[in-house]
Amino acid sequence: MATDSIQQTIEAIYQSESRRVLATLIRVLGGFDAAEEALHDAFRAALEQWPRDGVPSNPRAWLVSAGRFKAIDAARRQKRFDALDDVGEKADVAVIDREAWADNESVEDDQLRLIFTCCHPALAPDAQVALTLREVCGLTTEEIARAFLTPAPTLAQRIVRAKGKIRDAGIPYEVPARADLPERLDAVLRVIYLVFNEGYAASSGQHVTRHDLSTEAIRLGRLLVELLPEPEAQGLLALMLLHDSRRAARSSPEGELVLLENQDRSLWNREQIAEGTRLVEEALPSGHAGPYAIQAAIAAVHAEAATAAATDWDEIVGLYGVLMGLTPSPVVELNRAVAIAMRDGPAAGLAIIDGILARGELRDYRLAHAARGELCRRLGRTAEARASFERALALTRQEPERRLLERRLAELSK
Amino acid sequence: MKYLCLVYLEKDKLHAVPDSECMACGNGFRQGGVLVAAEALQPVDTATTVRVRNGKTYITDGPFAETKEQLAGFYLLDARDLNEAIQMATKIPPAREGSIEVRPVRELVP
Repeated sequence: MATDSIQQTIEAIYQSESRRVLATLIRVLGGFDAAEEALHDAFRAALEQWPRDGVPSNPRAWLVSAGRFKAIDAARRQKRFDALDDVGEKADVAVIDREAWADNESVEDDQLRLIFTCCHPALAPDAQVALTLREVCGLTTEEIARAFLTPAPTLAQRIVRAKGKIRDAGIPYEVPARADLPERLDAVLRVIYLVFNEGYAASSGQHVTRHDLSTEAIRLGRLLVELLPEPEAQGLLALMLLHDSRRAARSSPEGELVLLENQDRSLWNREQIAEGTRLVEEALPSGHAGPYAIQAAIAAVHAEAATAAATDWDEIVGLYGVLMGLTPSPVVELNRAVAIAMRDGPAAGLAIIDGILARGELRDYRLAHAARGELCRRLGRTAEARASFERALALTRQEPERRLLERRLAELSK
Repeated sequence: MKYLCLVYLEKDKLHAVPDSECMACGNGFRQGGVLVAAEALQPVDTATTVRVRNGKTYITDGPFAETKEQLAGFYLLDARDLNEAIQMATKIPPAREGSIEVRPVRELVP
């Protein structure tokens, strides 16, 4: 019985501490593979010793030392195996046991080092995502492969290659210097947001595993804010929380997509909204609010409206204007046009969308045609609405979106 | 005149010739007074491409892919790590026009 509860304790400590222990072991041992092996050995040692000796007061420090000693042992054995020569042993131990290992500040930064290394721009983007989920979040290769609908061997290969590049190309295990931070942080945020969207966008099939990706991304975002409270990191976490707060409302029990204006707002997660809104309020006045914080602010305005009609569209139009200034793109312009349609009427929005399409932009973007169809429908221009919905339908690859557009088309015929 | 002799090998033949033989070759050239520099490279998997456009650095995994670009020169640099090597690469003027492939050197094993 007592053994069982100790096993549960070890299990819980594995959940909460294994990634931090790994992050420190990578620095101490100077490599991913050695650290992973040492982590494994450390927990095996814990399973043997803790039921007998009790759980140490600082399990993380215990696990780091145990992993380090196991690695030193392994290096010794390797040495003996390679050279059958014991003379060099002491020197080898000294090489592994860098004095910096006990430095407390370093230990605190190890998780950040790990995040920035996994999201290094010299690694392929899909490798950054896979490596982050594997090393920082502790997902298994099979779990990541399932979530991304990729064969497990392909994914394993990707991770092996990325680790090989980190080792052989000399990608340093460090938090970037202040001057490089904005650009490097962008790369980290991009990886986290990609993981989130991968989980959020898929609303059919693979429900569970994909939902886990969004949860994992929020966990990562929260960890990043804790380690590095930069406004854009706060902005991204807020954006993810505010989007995720609508999860229960954005699809019907039958799995049909429900648009924002038709969602049952009582299903929105108030806790996530409160946390997201608080983060936006912290990030915005900093003067360093970037595109994530602005998008989060837009989501927060939606979240505080009791009904779609009660939405402060003027505020949303203004925020899209700010976003246009930061990251001008036809997609942002399209979103702003939809907000203008809500504020000033469908004709005003339609004029902007037609302007974008006339410039030759977004012609193959399904949401541009879906939005145009909707505004035409509201103006009673049924034939044009039908043509636009049909164009959107032809461009759509996601099943729930396809069904939504088919319903819109059927409604036009009534 | 100086000549750059570039060594090309298929991936599975990277270790077809023993390092010791390559070192002996290098030593022979050195004794003959003709060797300026020689290094083996890590596989192309470890390459990083650096481009500078409008003052902004673009970093991508892998070797340059632009088939119209041709090898135009080389710098053998000593950097602390890949970050420093990338920093240095951005200062090479043709980074603005074409691309710089940053590939780590591999130590030969005697």
